[in-house]
Amino acid sequence: MNTITIECLRYHPESDAEPRFQSWPVPFTDDMSVLQGLQYIKDHLDGSLTFRWSCRMAICGSCGFVLNGVPKLGCETFLRDYYPGTLRVEPLSHFPIVRDLAIDQSDFLKKLESVKPYLINPDVPKKGTFIQTPGQMDEYYQYSKCINCLLCYAACPQYGLNSAFTGPAALALLHRYNADSRDAGKAERMPVVNAEDGVWGCTLVGYCSEVCPKGVDPARAVNQNKIESTKDYFFRFFRK
Amino acid sequence: MKTYTRPMAGWWKRNPYYLWYMLREASCLFLTAYALMLLWGLYRLQQGKIQYEQWRESLASPLSLAFHAIALALVLYHSWTWFKIMPKTLPRIPLPDWLVVTGGVSAVIVCSALVLVLT
Repeated sequence: MNTITIECLRYHPESDAEPRFQSWPVPFTDDMSVLQGLQYIKDHLDGSLTFRWSCRMAICGSCGFVLNGVPKLGCETFLRDYYPGTLRVEPLSHFPIVRDLAIDQSDFLKKLESVKPYLINPDVPKKGTFIQTPGQMDEYYQYSKCINCLLCYAACPQYGLNSAFTGPAALALLHRYNADSRDAGKAERMPVVNAEDGVWGCTLVGYCSEVCPKGVDPARAVNQNKIESTKDYFFRFFRK
Repeated sequence: MKTYTRPMAGWWKRNPYYLWYMLREASCLFLTAYALMLLWGLYRLQQGKIQYEQWRESLASPLSLAFHAIALALVLYHSWTWFKIMPKTLPRIPLPDWLVVTGGVSAVIVCSALVLVLT
C-alpha cells in the first residue's frame, strides 16, 4: 500500500482570520477515490475536517472540490492519479467558505429558483401524457443531466469577479426548460436571460463545459441564449 | 454566519486554461495595432509614391519584422479559438461540431492560399 500526502485548505471561522493549509500522509489502494482519502483523514487522523458528500457515485453533486487547481468531484477521482505527488484539496472557488472544504451555495440556490427550473404549461393534456419526439427531446436532453455540483461555477472566472452573474449551471437549466417542447414558460424566463448579469455576463472562457462531470455543455447553453436574447430584443418591436 | 471569500487577484495565473483564454483576449491588442499600421499605410499611399515607399521601408526594420511575426502567431491562434468555439455560438444546425470547426479552418486555409496566389 502506498502513501500519498493530502493537503487540505482549512478554515475554522471561530478561530481563523483566513484559511490555511494542513497536510496528512494517507495510505491508499488503487481503487480509492479522493473522497475516500478525505474520509480516511476524518476517521483516523483529524475528525474536525469538514467536507460534504453523499452518494459516492457522481449523482448527488455534493463532493465538488478543487483538486490541484482543477474543479472535480472527489468521488470519481482516484488518488492513484496524483501519486507520487501531493494532492492539494481546496473548496470550490468563488464561493464563500463556511468551514474547511464546505462552501455556502445559497447564492446558487437563489439563482436556480430565479430560472424557474420546472415545466410551465397550463395546457396539460386532458388524456395521457405529453407527446415528444426523440428530436424534440434531443434539444434539451444533455442539459437535463446537470446535478448542480457547481464545478462550473468554480471554473467560471466571470462568476468569481462578479457574483451577480447568473452563471453556467442556472443558465443551462434555464435553457433545458426553454428548449423543451412541453414547456410554455419561455417569456417568464427571458428577463433572466436578457439581464446585464444574464447571458451577457459570459465572455466564453469555456472552462465550465470542460469541467462538467456529466457532459453538460453550459457554455453552449449560455451562448445559444445570446442569440435568443438578441432575437427577443428586436422582435419585441413586432409584438403587441 | 461568518464566511471567507478568497480574493480573485491573479486568477488568470491559477490555471493554464485561463492563461490561454487571456492570450485569446489579449491578441486583439496586437490585431488592432496591425490594423492601425495598415491604415497608416493607406494614409501614406494617398500622400504619394515616395511617402508610400518610405512606409514600406519602415516595415523592413527588425522591430517591425518581430512585431509582424508575433501578430501573425496571435492571429493564427485567435482564428483557431474562433472556430473552436463556433459550434457553441451558432444557432442549432444539423451538423456535427467537428465539421463546423474543420469547415471553418479549411475555409481560412483556402482563402489565405487564394490571396497568396492572386497577389
